Amino acid sequence: MKVLTLNFLTCAVKTCKSSSDSFPLHPKDAELVSDDVELNPQLLVNLLPRIDWKALRTTSTELGFPELPEQPPTAEELEADEKMLKDLHTLLVETQMNEGKLVCGHCGHEYAVREGIANFLLPSHLV
Amino acid sequence: MDYLVRFSQSHETFRLPELESLAVIEGIVMKSPFCIVHLPSDDAAKRLIRRSILVQSIHALWGSGPDLAAVHAAVHATTPHLWAQYLTCPFKFTIDSYQGSRTAEDKVRIINSFAYLGFAGPIRMRDPDEEFTLFEDWEFNSTPLGIPDPKHYYFGRYLGSGARDLPKVLDLKKRRYISTTSMDAELALVTANIALAAPGKLMYDPFVGTGSFPIACAQFGAVTFGSDIDGRSIRGDEKRKTLRGNFEQYGLLGGLGGMFTADLTNSPIRRADLRYDGDGVTGRLFDGIVCDPPYGVREGLRVLGVRDPEKSPWVIPKGKVMYKDPDFIPPRKPYSFLAMLDDILQFSAQTLVDGGRLSFWMPTANDENQEIAVPTHPYLEVVSVCTQVFNKWSRRLITYRRIPDKEVDPEAMKAREVATPVGKSADELNPFRKAYFNKFETADGSSDDAS
Repeated sequence: MKVLTLNFLTCAVKTCKSSSDSFPLHPKDAELVSDDVELNPQLLVNLLPRIDWKALRTTSTELGFPELPEQPPTAEELEADEKMLKDLHTLLVETQMNEGKLVCGHCGHEYAVREGIANFLLPSHLV
Repeated sequence: MDYLVRFSQSHETFRLPELESLAVIEGIVMKSPFCIVHLPSDDAAKRLIRRSILVQSIHALWGSGPDLAAVHAAVHATTPHLWAQYLTCPFKFTIDSYQGSRTAEDKVRIINSFAYLGFAGPIRMRDPDEEFTLFEDWEFNSTPLGIPDPKHYYFGRYLGSGARDLPKVLDLKKRRYISTTSMDAELALVTANIALAAPGKLMYDPFVGTGSFPIACAQFGAVTFGSDIDGRSIRGDEKRKTLRGNFEQYGLLGGLGGMFTADLTNSPIRRADLRYDGDGVTGRLFDGIVCDPPYGVREGLRVLGVRDPEKSPWVIPKGKVMYKDPDFIPPRKPYSFLAMLDDILQFSAQTLVDGGRLSFWMPTANDENQEIAVPTHPYLEVVSVCTQVFNKWSRRLITYRRIPDKEVDPEAMKAREVATPVGKSADELNPFRKAYFNKFETADGSSDDAS
């Protein structure tokens, strides 16, 4: 599961949706792997408006990546900044979370990740 | 100039929607009176169909008419300035007869009637530089009926072919890992085209199974996401036969965004409430959503929850104790087919960017009294409905476009009422399933065997 995916996922419990603590989920005991993928600037520019930058900064730090700037680059800035393109490509597209847990900061529910596949199914008392 | 599109002879109702979708992807304006299309240039014509699954080829149309004399007159009237470019190059001249045939002598005679073009280059049947084709459109069954001539002729210069080879590349028979409900490669690719999958775009399949749609979308350069309530379908045998293994087989790992186990009615995907003043992108994630939801026939239609909490009161307390166990499988209950379709529409309205598309497959009975209507949503505009007909039922590929918030009628949103069938059993909840297992018999007990 690409790190990009973590930016799209929040706690599945309905009562957590209104809490800002439920996003992003926090990786725990994360085992990371990396795929070699060709850099696609068009993809990264497309991604920019869909990424929650604050959440991405949190995830990046929690996974041990260098701190991201406080504000996201604009599309033009990103296209012109080769290092930024490469860094974001490595973080979002190449890095995968293979094993570990994703923890909700609101209810504490832990979602297991096995072989890159996270499990968001809930027991009946949380549905 | 006018260009002649030669379609393949399959999935007729899908052909124009596919071509129109490709025109959107390539940014080509196409005025389309059926398969003769007006395009800005040869280059646009080639780009238009290069990834089409249902177009065989495209040709610059030099002339057409109900008989050969009319074709020659049209060629003389509009193309003499073009002939000079092809006087010496190796070329090939063929006749493509649809629903009819010609003897070899007839073919030679007809081809020779084009001698005035003055092409003196070597004739080369393999790898010619230029290829000229006379298309003949015959009446159905013309050979046994003894009809002497076709009803229409089209003459054109070959420009390019579609991607008719792609379904063979992704052929299910050679795919490492499939299941009983994997979508065949040809229709998965057509779905990806109609949903506008393209490089740098993000596509999502909420009923991913073994990944047929994401693979087709990734083949066209998109980054894909998918989920399924049954994680086993994604994991496969956890060795070689896995969804990821399929991406690996085709060299598409770069297009594998993330796959996870989840239920659409309790989805972990981040989404904002619907608004009337959004900027078209912020808070929305996907360019396209493609899926073939379970109909409840071959694949059960279930969501998280307890089917009958009164009958089995121990299920919930037991879950509270057991749910942290890695092998715990949460209980599921049957779910309404129509409610699920509506959930897909609502989810799509919340997560698609402006202009993003939802394409999903939906079954219906052919009998009009039992037909299931095309679902609607104020934020989604129907783009096309394609139908694949079986004996007593059909499946339709329905495609919507997410319209900008400002174009949404707030009254329509207020008036939106979702009819949810009540009941607990799969049959009560799913009119299609019920009709299917009743063999589509009508209320008076008769079955329409004529169809």
